[in-house]
Amino acid sequence: MGERKGMEIALAAAEAVALCKPDVIAAYPITPNTHIPEHLSDIVAEGRLDAEFICVESEHSALSACMGASGAGARAFTATSSQGLLYMAEVMPIASSMRLPIVMALGNRSLSGPLSIWNDHSDIMSQRDTGWISLFAANGQEVIDMMIQAFKIAEDRNVMLPINVNLDGFQLTHVVEVMDFPLQEEVDDFLPIYQPYASLHPDHPCSMGALGLPEIYAEATKAREAAMVNSKETILKVWDEWERHFGRRYDPVQSYKIEGAEIAMLTMGSMSDTAEVAIDALRAQGVPIGLLKLMLWRPFPYDELKKAVKGVKSLIVMDRCVSFGGPGGPVASEIRSALYNEPRRPDITNYIFGLGGRDVAVEDFIKMIDKVRFADKKTSKEHYEFYGVRGE
Amino acid sequence: MANKKWPEDWQDVTPGCIVFEAGNASQYHTGSWRAQRPIWDNEKCIKCGVCYIYCPEGCIIEREDGFFEANLDYCKGCGICAHECWPLAIKMVEEG
Amino acid sequence: MNTLQGYPVGLIGNFDLYAPKLVDREEYFSPGHRACQGCGEALAVRLMCKALGKDTVIINATGCMEVVSSLYPTTAWKLPWIHVAFPNAAAVGSGVEAGLKALRRKGRIPDRDVKAVAMGGDGGTLDIGIQALSGAMERGHDLLYVCFDNEAYMNTGIQRSSATPFGASTTTAPPGAVSMGNKTWKKNLPEIMVAHNIPYVATACNSYPLDFINKVQKARSIKGPSYIHCLSVCPTGWRSPSETCIKMGRLAVETGVFPLYEVENGKYNMTVSMPETLRPIEDYIKHQGRFRHLSPEQIRIFQDRTNLEYKKLLDKIEHSRSWDEISAE
Repeated sequence: MGERKGMEIALAAAEAVALCKPDVIAAYPITPNTHIPEHLSDIVAEGRLDAEFICVESEHSALSACMGASGAGARAFTATSSQGLLYMAEVMPIASSMRLPIVMALGNRSLSGPLSIWNDHSDIMSQRDTGWISLFAANGQEVIDMMIQAFKIAEDRNVMLPINVNLDGFQLTHVVEVMDFPLQEEVDDFLPIYQPYASLHPDHPCSMGALGLPEIYAEATKAREAAMVNSKETILKVWDEWERHFGRRYDPVQSYKIEGAEIAMLTMGSMSDTAEVAIDALRAQGVPIGLLKLMLWRPFPYDELKKAVKGVKSLIVMDRCVSFGGPGGPVASEIRSALYNEPRRPDITNYIFGLGGRDVAVEDFIKMIDKVRFADKKTSKEHYEFYGVRGE
Repeated sequence: MANKKWPEDWQDVTPGCIVFEAGNASQYHTGSWRAQRPIWDNEKCIKCGVCYIYCPEGCIIEREDGFFEANLDYCKGCGICAHECWPLAIKMVEEG
Repeated sequence: MNTLQGYPVGLIGNFDLYAPKLVDREEYFSPGHRACQGCGEALAVRLMCKALGKDTVIINATGCMEVVSSLYPTTAWKLPWIHVAFPNAAAVGSGVEAGLKALRRKGRIPDRDVKAVAMGGDGGTLDIGIQALSGAMERGHDLLYVCFDNEAYMNTGIQRSSATPFGASTTTAPPGAVSMGNKTWKKNLPEIMVAHNIPYVATACNSYPLDFINKVQKARSIKGPSYIHCLSVCPTGWRSPSETCIKMGRLAVETGVFPLYEVENGKYNMTVSMPETLRPIEDYIKHQGRFRHLSPEQIRIFQDRTNLEYKKLLDKIEHSRSWDEISAE
């Protein structure tokens, strides 16, 4: 059952993608995700993977080439971060609206201004509304697993949507971990050959990428939203199947030591593993605290979230980017919105932290939690609070 | 003029707005656009096919007898065929 | 009035009178599309599809042709067709080519040639699309790129592009008290394509259908990148009567403004023979409202530069040698 190996997570991501036998890989290098396309090109050069590796001249062309390949009926993959994601932003909603099941590995990196190659979530959050399914991995094992799951979810006829797997730049991409790699036969068993719903071939000509007048655009958008919402069913099915095949459990919202918790912290990505250590320490002191880990960001898991926070009195939502002049962090504002109509909902505190690769240790998590624990009756009047920023 | 057929409900929109019926734009009859139409004088026509090759709509058809005529469902009345005809066998005539 | 009477014999000799009857009768670009009446670009696309045949995938940039042909739920295309965005026809085309290649190699599609052909307007090719085009040609994909050049961003209402000729009036470079219209010379994209060392580059025009069809077929047969730059007369944007569409293209060629040539492996050849003396520029621009404002002095500048560019081309035709010839010595 699988091969246990230690390696850099970015390389592991590439190995996982190679196991899925993509037909076309089109990617442009950008720190910190460069090792993913680099390693894939190694795998292709060694003859271990039969794929067309296109050294595109920009990220915009990377996603465009993937769209062309996927339109032709090929399994397509790309990887990028930050500014690269913004450069392909024009094509992001188009990939979703044209229902092409492209898989992207996103090495989360902060957006420019000032230039930063280090990790936060501002890149993916800027592409929230483009209609891509978004998964967040907290460690190397989840990266491998989600990369393989992503192809299966995206290509399902009930889904047919592009999907991005988020892994924190440097915090995950450049970290070495020991992971369980599924064997090729196991992946072949789990992931069938891609059968496109429609493809560009003269034997069955069709036109993709229509012009939509006002008479039709609203209906097309509603159809796309329905596809996104309904995709959750398939995601849950794929995760059930994954557990049966490989023994590892995935849920839209995973809880850790949440039984009897009055306080809960909600995290996404690599911060979750660090937060778990903080939770352990506090639980050892008898603090009734637990962790909620969001693995599925889009489609947003409303039902699972509502269930997970039942009984929680205080929810600390961790954000690694800020919406300038807005409600603070995107995760917190979505959680607030999701729980707005609930008769009983927890107080929500939103911390914005870890921006631009700022390291956040276990002690910092404990500090943030303690601040909420020992705060005055009501939670802070501010919508959100920056943690760890020097100056008043 | 053909009727525009919009999908009734959002459920009827094809995934990705893909159009599977190749060439179904022919349902839309652009002939309603024209202000003048081409008339062939087959006494002069030498059956060369120049009008056919230069029509931007591709709506000039060769008949069984080898002479040509415009499919008035699509002819926009641009006048290229009349302008290019060697023996001046085509005249543009005002509609209505 | 008929435009071919009184033309130099050389031109008539190149146009086989009855050859239109030998052209494929299938209309892969079906009538019912929403192009303007007399659209030279629609004609050119129609001709290109006839030359390509059914084993083709078209990748179309945003622009006139894409918009008039793909109004959901209809399509004028009988060939497989994809449109994604404005600057990326060549990039999407690279992906289609790579996808078809991989699928054919892995036996997931039938084992026969299907050609990927990307097309865009002058905007989507020379300006916003030049990066993707350069990348695709440099990487050597088996991709034909056809630029349909109507000399402005016509679809959005006649704005200036780098293909807009000297002196032309466009909405973003209009003539006025302190402006002569477009001050710059047309960007020579065929030369840029030749500099990419691709095996086949050609210029064409919708007014020379057989020349264009031959070039498309030649490009299609090449296993590698190829580029055709097709001047597409736009009566709407050039402010000329719709019925003179074909005549405008002929005048563009005969005045030397847009000579029709091809470059095969580095060797330049004129494919439509030119008159000994070029017709004067006035013959061309007097029919087009977009040049109406030009002064005699500006027309002279236009004429001088046209003569120079034409001489440069003749020079290349005379002195260029194919790469094989050069490497053999």
